[in-house]
Amino acid sequence: MSTTTVPTTVTAVATAPAAAIEPPAGPPGPVATALTVAGRSVRRFVRTPQLLVVSTTTGAMFLLLFRYVFGGAVETGGIAYVDFLVPGYLVTSVLFTGSEAATGVAEDMEQGVTDRFRSLPVSRAAVVVGRVLAEWLLLTLGLVVTAAIGVAVGFRPDGTALEVAAAFGLCSLFGFAALWLFALIGLTAGNVQAAQGMSLMVFPLSFVSSAYVPVDSMPGWLQAVAEHQPVTVVTDAVRSLALGDPAAAGLDGSTAGSVGLALAWTAGLVAVFAPLAVQRYRRP
Amino acid sequence: MSHDTSAPTIEAVGLRKRFGEVEALAGLDLVAEPGRVLAVLGPNGAGKTTFVRTLATLVRPDAGELRVAGVDALRHPERVRRAIGLAGQYAAVEQAMTGRENLRMVARLFGHDRRRARAVADAVIERLGLAEAGDRLVRTYSGGMRRRLDLGASLVGAPRLLLLDEPTTGLDPRSRNELWDAIRALVATGTDVLLTTQYLDEADQLAHRIVIVDHGRVIADGTPGELKSLAGRDVVEVRARRADDLPALAAALAPLGAGEPRTDTATSRVAVPVETGRAAVAAAVRVLDDIDVEVDDIGLRRPTLDEVFLTLTGRPAEAADEPAETDTRGEQDELVASR
Repeated sequence: MSTTTVPTTVTAVATAPAAAIEPPAGPPGPVATALTVAGRSVRRFVRTPQLLVVSTTTGAMFLLLFRYVFGGAVETGGIAYVDFLVPGYLVTSVLFTGSEAATGVAEDMEQGVTDRFRSLPVSRAAVVVGRVLAEWLLLTLGLVVTAAIGVAVGFRPDGTALEVAAAFGLCSLFGFAALWLFALIGLTAGNVQAAQGMSLMVFPLSFVSSAYVPVDSMPGWLQAVAEHQPVTVVTDAVRSLALGDPAAAGLDGSTAGSVGLALAWTAGLVAVFAPLAVQRYRRP
Repeated sequence: MSHDTSAPTIEAVGLRKRFGEVEALAGLDLVAEPGRVLAVLGPNGAGKTTFVRTLATLVRPDAGELRVAGVDALRHPERVRRAIGLAGQYAAVEQAMTGRENLRMVARLFGHDRRRARAVADAVIERLGLAEAGDRLVRTYSGGMRRRLDLGASLVGAPRLLLLDEPTTGLDPRSRNELWDAIRALVATGTDVLLTTQYLDEADQLAHRIVIVDHGRVIADGTPGELKSLAGRDVVEVRARRADDLPALAAALAPLGAGEPRTDTATSRVAVPVETGRAAVAAAVRVLDDIDVEVDDIGLRRPTLDEVFLTLTGRPAEAADEPAETDTRGEQDELVASR
């Protein structure tokens, strides 16, 4: 077991003899890039129990508060408050989940992760798309949990299975649209505190809407705002689908009409904010 | 993809970048030959980080030309990204993934297929001495281990040029030494390295060539030895037994010097630049005989990079948090030991 040469002059290097690493054949395609980036976000969520616990319990807590504390004081016409509340609650929950995505994106910028990704030979658009798709998956799983809690506290949708599924799908799609906005916020803010500050706009957006209380209980000038913002539009459509009756949702028109309007808003948000977010990320 | 391997690794001509009022790069010129470690040294705000970010295609300069690994970085940034690896001032690794998973992820993003990404990640983690911790979540790593992993992430794409932006900032001395070893091992495998640092001894330890940057411009350029001789003279250094004596000591030594004596209270030393080398030491001994100061040590040495920096800029490098015990001051020519 004798070695012939002992390199005594070399300082103790905690490294093995280095085999040269072959460079890759070429840069990765956009799909591989998006999936790789998405895999990181999903793992991060799954392996950070605090995230799971905090997001689930805050979601449940506010649902319980509205259901049992404020709910008794809210006049919602012919339907039970819980049936009024849960569709709206699901729609606004995507905004709160989305604002956490903004924080995550900003954190990556703060900690140099974004610089690392930008310095790699990948499509920058694919990086953003992968991130948003992963957040969308997580957001949709969160919707499942929230909906289950809704059912547990007495929510009983009267719509057909198809209508209920469509209501759920619409919540998820609206979440997808919102995530582009929040990605843009995270990238623009550049640090966690600023991202959290900018995400506060979620509160007026959620509360000045038909999500938690009927809009006609608000003063006239506020009704004008509430009725023409996307949260109300999407909430009305989701409520109309879930309850199987536009009148129960306080709507004059048809379910199809309100769903159409909600989809238009959703598509419009994606059309505006997705290119802006990608542009923001690519900008050197 | 083929890079011209004889071309300079970096060719920067007249790079300018302004952020609002601040001119981060003010006409920076630099050519880096392959096969060498280049240290960019300068205080906070000198433009080092902006320069690295420009090389990494994260910042687009307002004016100037830049070729990295023979590629025009302004016209083809995507081709530059295939040739570089970047490790920034932060450990940009995912805490909720293991060391291996982090490296595999970045390897995939460099373009390795799944199988190769696995092999490359294993090789790099081994090379960095993290094999044992490789399957643990990064959130259990120490700061030094995270930095090493971050260095590894910049390597999995087998970059021709490695960009290290203040790689050891904030690390304790032991972690710093480990990272230095890792960087030295890399250099031995033929990777070109550009590193920025505020630490003069770091540049001295790692680099073949040092470029000193101040106010967005290169103000000096050479080997560590050349830069030390830029300060032009030797230094007589005297250590007082009691810190109270330092002012008296400085006053007594001042007439010997070709420049102002410099007092370092942390180490109880007074250093004075001299023209005449050994004769100056003899003179210093005679002067000290005449004053009532207890002295531990008198020595003649070459100027440190710290002093070079002071000479060049008229102000000290902002590396005051550097413990003086990490003693890398030039050739300490101990003529006279304690009296």
